[in-house]
Amino acid sequence: MAGPSNEKRPWVGYGFLALAVLLLGTGSYIGLAVAPREHYMGEVQRIMYVHVPTAWSALLCFTFAFVSSIAFLFRHDWKWDSRLEATLEVGVLLNFLLCMQGAIWAKPTWGVWWDWDPRLTTTAVMLFSFIGILALRRFVDDPVRRATWAAVATIVAFADVPIVYFSVKWWNSLHQVQSTPQTVDGPMITPLRVNAFGMLSLAIGLITLRTRLAARRLQNEMAPPLPERETSSERVAAAGGEA
Amino acid sequence: MNESHPAVEALGLCRRYGRSWALIDVDLAVPRGRSLLVAGRNGSGKSTLFRVLAGALKPDRGTYRICGHDGIAARQEARAAVGLLGHYSNTWDALSALQNLQVTARFAGKPAGRRDLMPLLEEVGLAERADSPITSFSAGMRKRIAFARVLLQAPRVVLLDEPYGQLDPPGFAFVDALVPRLTAQGCTVLMASHMLEKGAELCDEGLALERGRVIFRGAARDLPAAFAAHHAPVRRVGVAG
Amino acid sequence: MMRQLFAATHKDLLLSWRSRAQASAVVIFGATTLLLFSFAVGPNSAALRQNAGGFLWVALLLSSTLALAESYRAEIEQRALEGLLLLPASPRALYYGKALANWLQLLLVGIGLVPVMIVLYDPGSSNLLPLVGVLALGTAGLSAPGTLYAAMASQARAQQVLLPLLLFPLVVPVLLAAVKASSLLLLGDPMGQAGSWVLLLAAFNGVFWPLCGLLFGQVVEE
Repeated sequence: MAGPSNEKRPWVGYGFLALAVLLLGTGSYIGLAVAPREHYMGEVQRIMYVHVPTAWSALLCFTFAFVSSIAFLFRHDWKWDSRLEATLEVGVLLNFLLCMQGAIWAKPTWGVWWDWDPRLTTTAVMLFSFIGILALRRFVDDPVRRATWAAVATIVAFADVPIVYFSVKWWNSLHQVQSTPQTVDGPMITPLRVNAFGMLSLAIGLITLRTRLAARRLQNEMAPPLPERETSSERVAAAGGEA
Repeated sequence: MNESHPAVEALGLCRRYGRSWALIDVDLAVPRGRSLLVAGRNGSGKSTLFRVLAGALKPDRGTYRICGHDGIAARQEARAAVGLLGHYSNTWDALSALQNLQVTARFAGKPAGRRDLMPLLEEVGLAERADSPITSFSAGMRKRIAFARVLLQAPRVVLLDEPYGQLDPPGFAFVDALVPRLTAQGCTVLMASHMLEKGAELCDEGLALERGRVIFRGAARDLPAAFAAHHAPVRRVGVAG
Repeated sequence: MMRQLFAATHKDLLLSWRSRAQASAVVIFGATTLLLFSFAVGPNSAALRQNAGGFLWVALLLSSTLALAESYRAEIEQRALEGLLLLPASPRALYYGKALANWLQLLLVGIGLVPVMIVLYDPGSSNLLPLVGVLALGTAGLSAPGTLYAAMASQARAQQVLLPLLLFPLVVPVLLAAVKASSLLLLGDPMGQAGSWVLLLAAFNGVFWPLCGLLFGQVVEE
């Protein structure tokens, strides 16, 4: 197995974070101050300007985690394990934010913190699924096993996501109508797009930095690489002397 | 399988263990029907070497072949040719000795009837305890059932990791008789043991490991002396007071 | 492969039989859980009756972690599983043998809990045979990923907490569908919806039995 490799220089990660701050700042300003008030739901609807971008970014994180898992199982290259660790953590963070945003939206709208909306409920289940995988990583000491098992668990958890979504949708359809903030065209699209890119930037920046950290930790954990073997003639001499 | 190839050969085997290396550039070649004594202090890498050759661990670098089968490309075929007697008995303790062998026999595609397996249990001295659960077995008896498991597989290469451990004097005699019997049948035997004098009598070749590296390679009878010379006793520092 | 599958299933059924005392303890654990639910809800017979299906399945889910963890203890303590892999044995055969044996064990636990549920919650005893069918599909859905995760948890630290942590979020669809289907069967199904939930259970099984079998080799092999 190739040793863990060093990731890009840190300023790529910081660059994305700076871009994220810029974009999110702009988008949020437009969304909060400039965009018109939504007709039916009022000011609360403005949370959609972060909620939807967060949702897209979280899903992208987990998709990339799934891809990293498959890549690791096929190639056994340690950088995929570092990427898996990073995307899992950033994905869980975004997922958690998503649940909070959903609760913040639900309370003034429906009077309850949680309304079993299919998308949000799936998000909650995913949150627990992937936290479980982070716990798995914490409780396994051997790096090879940790990487392999985390990859396997991520593949299984990701395969479950659509099934969870459909089952919850079905389960809830008997009780309630769809209740998430809706997006409409026009002046609301701009802040949404800006924030979407901002969130994506944020995610990429965090993932890049976290991957570097994971790779460095891995290097500390494993034995340093051995020097390459001497010339083949020495190798033959070493193997010689057998009957 | 080409008869002239060594039964067991390894080239540049390296294997990590945590933050250090358990095996570093280990080469070996054992011709068919010969026996090799592997010596080394605790932690020198003997068990790791055997586990790699048995196919339980993947080498981080290097290659090995068992009866011509590449251990990495043809792992299952290589595994089929090797039997390992390790530090664990590979048993289900809730089951009886006979049942353990029956399960193994079924997986290995061998006859699994009581009549087929009792001779094996007699050979290792467990015939009277055939139906007792392994939980009631002593350490020496567990070793014997582990022997029975390996003999049941009848592999072409037998790896014995500390075969004398936990056995009683009749058990020692069993091992002393087993190694020549196996080599006479054309099996290749690799034995790791701390009982160097005994091993030197039984085995043809010798190999010594120290911190993962090969430090001696030659005839088994020369091994005890070389080993003792390499590990001269450390001068003890007196305790104050 | 088939020969090894039979050998594996036989071995795991034999091990389950040998540890049947533990299996009875698991049923008693499940029954105790059902009892606790009734204390938690209070002697409100309407609420208990309405949620009988839910209580049954949560009790079964909690019991499953005990049964699944136990199925690996015997394989790990003397490295019996490794011994088999080195024969060599196909990891897929080993997985399906164990998953099938675990399925049977969970099904028997579920069947054991049904009379307890009927006595405590009084949901009526109609449609018991279809209920067993739902039990079969639901426990299969628990066994497939559970056998995979138990293999990991049994060799990691904090095993008792790791298995539920990994398994419970994953089997939410099984829980939803099984509870719905069971409740409909017990309490009445005027619109004939039970069938769709059964289909969801079948779909879950259809995805995870092959997927987990495929991934098992990665988990147990070095």
